[in-house]
Amino acid sequence: MTKRHIEPLLWLLFSGGGVVAAVFLPILVVLFGLAIPLGWVQPDYDQLHAVVGHWLTRLVLLGLLVLMLFHWAHRFRYTLYDGLQLRRLDAPIAVLCYGGALVGSLAALLIVLTV
Amino acid sequence: MSAPATYRQPVSRLWWLKKRTYFLFVMRELSSIFVAWFAVFLMIMVVAIGRGEASYQSFLSWAASPVVVVVNVVALAFVVLHTVTWFALTPQAMVVRGPGGRWVPRIKEVRVAGRLVPAATVVRVGGRVPAGIVIASQYVGLVVVSAFIAWLVLR
Repeated sequence: MTKRHIEPLLWLLFSGGGVVAAVFLPILVVLFGLAIPLGWVQPDYDQLHAVVGHWLTRLVLLGLLVLMLFHWAHRFRYTLYDGLQLRRLDAPIAVLCYGGALVGSLAALLIVLTV
Repeated sequence: MSAPATYRQPVSRLWWLKKRTYFLFVMRELSSIFVAWFAVFLMIMVVAIGRGEASYQSFLSWAASPVVVVVNVVALAFVVLHTVTWFALTPQAMVVRGPGGRWVPRIKEVRVAGRLVPAATVVRVGGRVPAGIVIASQYVGLVVVSAFIAWLVLR
């Protein structure tokens, strides 16, 4: 019964995460996943440190990470239900997905508070 | 004789390989795995940056290892698929209204103490922003955000 009540909230988190992933992730993957590690561009470390250390960056980063994790949780839950026909495992899958997103969100909170 | 109401035709676990649209649907759903992967990747990176330049350099050499690069190339493909499909679905998920609409009076039935009674109201008609414009403006947002982040990091 409680699950019914939080379903709209979970959908909202999924939806918000979908928006931020669509808008922010392409540039972030290109920049931090490929261009910088492969040496196509070389940002100054002190500059990077200053950007990441700024309170506004940390706040935005926390929002992005939490929304993206819950986006994954919600969508992946239904991928397992429909794609792999695992409807019988409803409860454990939900616990695993949302629990994983919650643990990840707490880690993200810890990281932005201590970085 | 009881009706076979609970019968469900068994569906193959590989149903999504049977049609191109099914396959694209499942690929779109799988993009969430790479959204989560990159959230974790960003967290590892931020921790490394916070610990000092040496730690950041060892993060970079890990991120440049072939396995991680391949994962990130695949992640980029899935992220682009996510962006394109998400933007395309937005006009279907929400109605965006511009200044062109107008309010018109209507009579609606509302339930008062269990009885349906007529009540006067106004509803918004017209002025709906065309789907193409909604989609295009999202790409403008994408370009602005991307340019800002690139500028912030590389200036």
